[in-house]
Amino acid sequence: MTSRATLTFTVNGRRRRVTVPPMKRLLDVLREDCRLPGTKEGCGEGECGACTVLIDGRTVNSCLVPAVQAHGAAIRTVEGLARGPRLTALQQAFVAMGGAQCGICTPGILLSAHELLVRARGRVPGDPEVREALAGNLCRCTGYQKIVDAVRAAARSARPASRRRPAASRARPAPSGARRAGAKRRPAGKIRRTLR
Amino acid sequence: MRAALSTLEVSRPRDLAHAVKLMHVAPGAERPTPLAGGTDLLVYLNAGIHAGLRFVDLWGLRELRGIRTAGDGVRLGALATFSEIREHALLRLRLPALVAAAAEVGGRQIQNRATVGGNVANASPAGDSLPALMALDAAVHVRSVRGERTIPFASLYRGYRDLALAPDDLITAVAVPFPPPRSRQFFRKVGTRRAQSISKVVMAGVLRLGRDGRVDHIRLAWGSVAPVTLRAGRAEAALSGVAPSPAAAARARAELMGDIAPIDDIRSDRDYRLAVAGNLLEQFLRSADPRFARGQGR
Repeated sequence: MTSRATLTFTVNGRRRRVTVPPMKRLLDVLREDCRLPGTKEGCGEGECGACTVLIDGRTVNSCLVPAVQAHGAAIRTVEGLARGPRLTALQQAFVAMGGAQCGICTPGILLSAHELLVRARGRVPGDPEVREALAGNLCRCTGYQKIVDAVRAAARSARPASRRRPAASRARPAPSGARRAGAKRRPAGKIRRTLR
Repeated sequence: MRAALSTLEVSRPRDLAHAVKLMHVAPGAERPTPLAGGTDLLVYLNAGIHAGLRFVDLWGLRELRGIRTAGDGVRLGALATFSEIREHALLRLRLPALVAAAAEVGGRQIQNRATVGGNVANASPAGDSLPALMALDAAVHVRSVRGERTIPFASLYRGYRDLALAPDDLITAVAVPFPPPRSRQFFRKVGTRRAQSISKVVMAGVLRLGRDGRVDHIRLAWGSVAPVTLRAGRAEAALSGVAPSPAAAARARAELMGDIAPIDDIRSDRDYRLAVAGNLLEQFLRSADPRFARGQGR
């Protein structure tokens, strides 16, 4: 038995190896050891969802996951959504529709919404379904309506593209449709500057 | 104060037999705390209110995973998550009260991680799945170096967070029989907010009407209205063998007040809980028998 453990896992597709106390929170491993500060800490007790990340495709509160349980897992954080400057449909919709204000809850909400859109497999989820899927993410700024609207807009914009694709690539809201949706409201350059 | 992280030790057993051995410690030694999805334990750790320094991480044990049919029911591995429960096609069909409970445990992030075994072991009187498991006549399988045992849910909770388990018993599974054919199931949680709040009152029920229209199977289980999750034996007795009606509901409601003992606390108060508990009972009876619902209007 050791008070430090060497753990390996992938974060956003990149292999990582860390030596940390086994009960260190995954949240702190990501922020401190992996230097990925996109994942935020809100309440630290699993209520607010600010620290949401994906483990093997499923959302978790990273403040409640001990590092030892991340060994061998595939983790995705908000940094792993966009490809370089190319935002996902979801991110573009949040920018275009005012789904983010102060931004602390936004990384977690994006990942919860991402999980919902993967689960919906190209279907546009209804308002109550989006609200239920985001029930574990608290936002103190927006009043939620714009967030819900953005998630549904992203699902709509991703749909035509996903129908042309095999099921496996539906997991990621298609960027081509996303650009179209975002472009209606704001030029792409501005969107990029706003989020970065 | 939070214990220094570097002082916390985690053992990662190879298999269940190894985990059971790790739980059996010499007298005087610290017994490790079993760690499953961590959604309760990490909260205590982060808040500095968990005293133990040793943990056994069960998360990797395949023997504790999965949901499978077993006899006329299902066996939920102790590590079955609430997401797995709510998404399981057979459970949705046959155990809707349990599925409804699973869908209301925290948000998705919690449901993806929180396990049925953990909810049972944490033994909170507000645990959402516990009234459903109790109303469905579930039983808990445990294992220790002395062997395996099965404990009916009805005799599991002896007092506030006091389980009828030996300190080194590990919960391995929860067995849930399918209720009798044609029975109705009910689950309702009342909290401050529709999602993500701890219950002020939580109730699950199973009820079947015989061919003569009289109740021939009834289970009513409650959370957040006593130090333990409990069956409402007096209310059940008042309804057994009678046809649901507004008068029968009123009698059952009066009896229920003798079954439960809610308190004033940070989440609610006694009077509100008594009123809501009675309302939920009536709602269940009304939903279980359309004639009763029509009779209400007269």
